[in-house]
Amino acid sequence: MARLIRLDRTGHTTLAEWTREDPASADSAIEAFRRELDAGMLASVSREDGTAEVVRDLPLDADLVVMRRPIAGG
Amino acid sequence: MATAGGLSEAAPLWWRRRPTERTLRRDGHLWTAWTTAVATPFFVAGGFLLWLEPLTFPVALASFAHGWVIPELYARRGAGSVVPIGSKASASRKRAASNRAEREALGLLGDLVGHEQRDLLRRTGLALERGRLGAWLVGERGAVLVRHGGRRVDCWCVRVAEPGTLPSGDRVAHLLLALREDEAGFATVANHAFSGATWRVRRRMPKGSRPALDAARAAAREAS
Repeated sequence: MARLIRLDRTGHTTLAEWTREDPASADSAIEAFRRELDAGMLASVSREDGTAEVVRDLPLDADLVVMRRPIAGG
Repeated sequence: MATAGGLSEAAPLWWRRRPTERTLRRDGHLWTAWTTAVATPFFVAGGFLLWLEPLTFPVALASFAHGWVIPELYARRGAGSVVPIGSKASASRKRAASNRAEREALGLLGDLVGHEQRDLLRRTGLALERGRLGAWLVGERGAVLVRHGGRRVDCWCVRVAEPGTLPSGDRVAHLLLALREDEAGFATVANHAFSGATWRVRRRMPKGSRPALDAARAAAREAS
């Protein structure tokens, strides 16, 4: 089961879980994803080669999508 | 490191050039030249005083001390910009920190770094990440880049824009993800705090975090 999580003050919060076989769960995950983007969060997907990618649409084939806040120079 | 799409935080910083190995090398030379230019007059002045009148040696000593302290302060600022998890300046040491949230965040960060680096993270509070520019050590409020060859480091100040009460592990996870998304973009967003010899920064780091720098240096040597 794939997960959409947000890094927050609790450590992390699971916002949605979905499987490709369950369109309803995928729809609610997409909705939660868009809500987070609208709130200014950024979405990051880790790839098998150790890299990560910023995504603007929920990749339904990903195992884990992490919503993070923007970073800035200190 | 993935660069597809790039780091969105770097987009508004159009006046900053994306670092490359060449620009980092050039900036490193400028750092060294600047530090030498600032520190050398104090040594020259101290030597001149001693030559003029040996009895002025207390003043000459003070001048030498000034010349010695300036590069040390630069290195200290660089080392202090990283903030390992659990160190004095760590969010985990603040009164508002929640143990449960810290554990959750560290668990997720452990999953992100993978088995090989998990133990190093647990021992030193810093996450090691290999990149194109060198080996990175990521802390809560900054990162150290050990360049290929391992002899030179660059320290960067960078943090979550609005950290609020984020646990320490999440602060590192934010930076680690951003670094993995776009290494050069990450270094574009970050502020360059120090460039110099690895040993200068090492002795200014908390003792418990020094093995992370040693591991990063080894990784940087392997890659060169």
